[in-house]
Amino acid sequence: MANRRIDQPTGTETVGHEWDGIEELDTPMPRWWLWTFYASIVFALGYVALYPAWPMIHRGSEGALGWTSRADLARETSEQKAEMAPMLNAIAGVPIEHLADNQARMQAAVAGGRAAFKVNCVQCHGSGAAGSQTLGYPNLNDDDWLWGGDLATIQTTITHGARDPSDGQTRQSQMPAFGRDGILTAEQIGEVADHVLSLSGKARDNAGGAQLFEQNCAVCHGPAGKGTRAVGAPDLSDAIWLYGGTRQDVIAQVTNPRMGTMPAWGRRLDPVTIKMLAAYVHSLGGGEDFVEAAPAAQADAAP
Amino acid sequence: MRHPDTIDISFYEKHKTVHNKRVDGPFRRFKWAMMAVTLTIYYVTPWLRWDRGPYAPDQAVLVDLAHRRFYMFGIEIWPQEFYFVAGLLIMAGIGLFLVTSAVGRAWCGYSCPQTVWTDLYQHIDRLIDGDRNARIRLDAAPWGPAKIARRMFKWTIYLVIAFWTGGAWIMYFADAPTLTHDFWTGHAAPVAYVTVAILTTTTFILGGFMREQVCIYMCPWPRIQSAMMDEKSLTVTYKDWRGEPRGSLKKAMKEPEAFGDCIDCMQCVAVCPTGIDIREGPQIGCITCALCIDACDKVMAEIGRPRGLIDYITLEDAEREKAGARPRPAWKALLRPRTIVYFTVWGAIGLAMLFALGTRSHTGISAAPDRNPPYMLMSDGSIRNSYTLKLRNMESRPRVMRVAIDDLRAGAMWTDEMARKDAARAVTLAVPADSTASRRVYVIAPPGTEPQDFEFEVTSGDGRAELAKTETRFSAPGDD
Repeated sequence: MANRRIDQPTGTETVGHEWDGIEELDTPMPRWWLWTFYASIVFALGYVALYPAWPMIHRGSEGALGWTSRADLARETSEQKAEMAPMLNAIAGVPIEHLADNQARMQAAVAGGRAAFKVNCVQCHGSGAAGSQTLGYPNLNDDDWLWGGDLATIQTTITHGARDPSDGQTRQSQMPAFGRDGILTAEQIGEVADHVLSLSGKARDNAGGAQLFEQNCAVCHGPAGKGTRAVGAPDLSDAIWLYGGTRQDVIAQVTNPRMGTMPAWGRRLDPVTIKMLAAYVHSLGGGEDFVEAAPAAQADAAP
Repeated sequence: MRHPDTIDISFYEKHKTVHNKRVDGPFRRFKWAMMAVTLTIYYVTPWLRWDRGPYAPDQAVLVDLAHRRFYMFGIEIWPQEFYFVAGLLIMAGIGLFLVTSAVGRAWCGYSCPQTVWTDLYQHIDRLIDGDRNARIRLDAAPWGPAKIARRMFKWTIYLVIAFWTGGAWIMYFADAPTLTHDFWTGHAAPVAYVTVAILTTTTFILGGFMREQVCIYMCPWPRIQSAMMDEKSLTVTYKDWRGEPRGSLKKAMKEPEAFGDCIDCMQCVAVCPTGIDIREGPQIGCITCALCIDACDKVMAEIGRPRGLIDYITLEDAEREKAGARPRPAWKALLRPRTIVYFTVWGAIGLAMLFALGTRSHTGISAAPDRNPPYMLMSDGSIRNSYTLKLRNMESRPRVMRVAIDDLRAGAMWTDEMARKDAARAVTLAVPADSTASRRVYVIAPPGTEPQDFEFEVTSGDGRAELAKTETRFSAPGDD
């Protein structure tokens, strides 16, 4: 190096270069900085040896400790599961009819159901479970149920789905396409629609429509249009219309019916989750008490 | 290597340890009394008990962070009532204005924790190492076994005091006897140990070593307070017109006319806990503890001159006295519009808070309507809304509350633990002691009900009947 010298005023060596009379001091690094730097190197060596660090072709080097963030996650997940296990077992072990006997258990089931609902059900039924009239997904908050609204019935519906061809026990029914298949003429359909709307006081009744309803519709919907839950035939006399309650909507439905489908969740979710989902849906405000199911449950418990 | 010519410039004054001399006098005794009072309050308060019945802790003063409750004797504060604490802080602020405008930095001189603990540690110094001269000698002495032993002994005592200081602090945040037991058996929360460790360290360093440097360099208070003082505030003043020119007693005896009252005995400097010379005038280092007044008065008495060469006096009176007027009694400086206004505001806030505390309701309700879906059309055409009600019971006993619908015509309600057929205008709910119960309720109204505002009204059932209301919205078709 050229011309290194000690700078008199500061006592520091210069770097040895000079530009138009300007020289640069070769001030050493502060001691604390150097030691921190060396300590960082030592730390880095240890880290590279102990933890995954080097990128390889397929995956990184593994590190002596064998630590992975996935293993951390798995451990935390299993800890969480272990924590929830007693309550889940308790929910699993009790028939759904008796789920509500224990307040804490019912609350846990509703909370678990709410979580599962957010993952599996909101795509159709909406985050508030209010469904969609435009898209034809039922509202789960109200007190109108196509297939029944007590805990056990809801559980069955969720497990087997509706009109899911892959499940033998699925909720199954079909409304004939009265207009499309030419069973009724457009004029007749209009008359039937008027009769249907008259059931809830939204139109004036007519004898022709009543007779047509009697012949074609009453077998499923009942003579008074109260619906039949065994076949999922909706109550036509109430204020709730899945596919719309205007005359036009009713005519469209009779002409070319829409029928909702729901996957059989029994294939995708475990029975406890389904039980919790049923509890949650039941808790939304329209859940019904066991009417027929109650004596059966007692009979089960007796022997 | 640094060159020998390198100039060392430091921006900081080199720290000179203060070895303050023992002094006695009215102000020293007042300082003792303040120290006793403040330390007693600090150490004893968490151990006072206060019976609140079976549902609330029996510690008189407790900041229960885990359950978000603040207990102070008969007062219990919930987080939403934090404005009471804000009010206390405002009162503390105005109290500081009041005290500062009247008697200058009295807070600094007598009751600031830094002052109290510094004083305590300086007494430890005196106890272990002797008075001023002995301490100066020991400081200058080379390190040897004796000095090391003495220092170790003193620092251990420092550490014990620091530990007790930190240890007492955590007692305000949990049941003191239980926490003490847990602390020594290793079962207390980690945060308790961390807090004690931090406060032990800060007390040890700030009280044992930094002392007056905290007041001079770190604390913003002196600067704020010097802005709040005016020419009518009492402060510790050296009456230079009386004392100057200073000269030793011997010289003054020879030529009584040539010298003032100050005999330059340096006693005021020797006793000063911050090591300043008050004769240089008011300064940031002066915490106005008035120990120099005690020292000077004693000397004046010994040499037969009137007391008060250093005294509490306002700047205005100082000017007046300098001009030859008679000294005015110090208490007259206290009463003036500014202090009266501060006191009035301070008292008004205090009374308003007491009034608010006395008349506040121990029952509360808030309603959060479901937003998704906002309303639900039922099969019979009636309209149902769902609400999450929060019922607040601030009494430390379980209570039964009656929640009723106000206004909404033909409306009825039921809870998620009832059946719809039992819906009524009012429901009765049990609320556990000292807590907020969250209940889901449904309100149903006949078909065609318009969207409207209505009220939930809660009446606490037993004992003192209290009423609370909350307005909320009944959503219906046409609302969106």
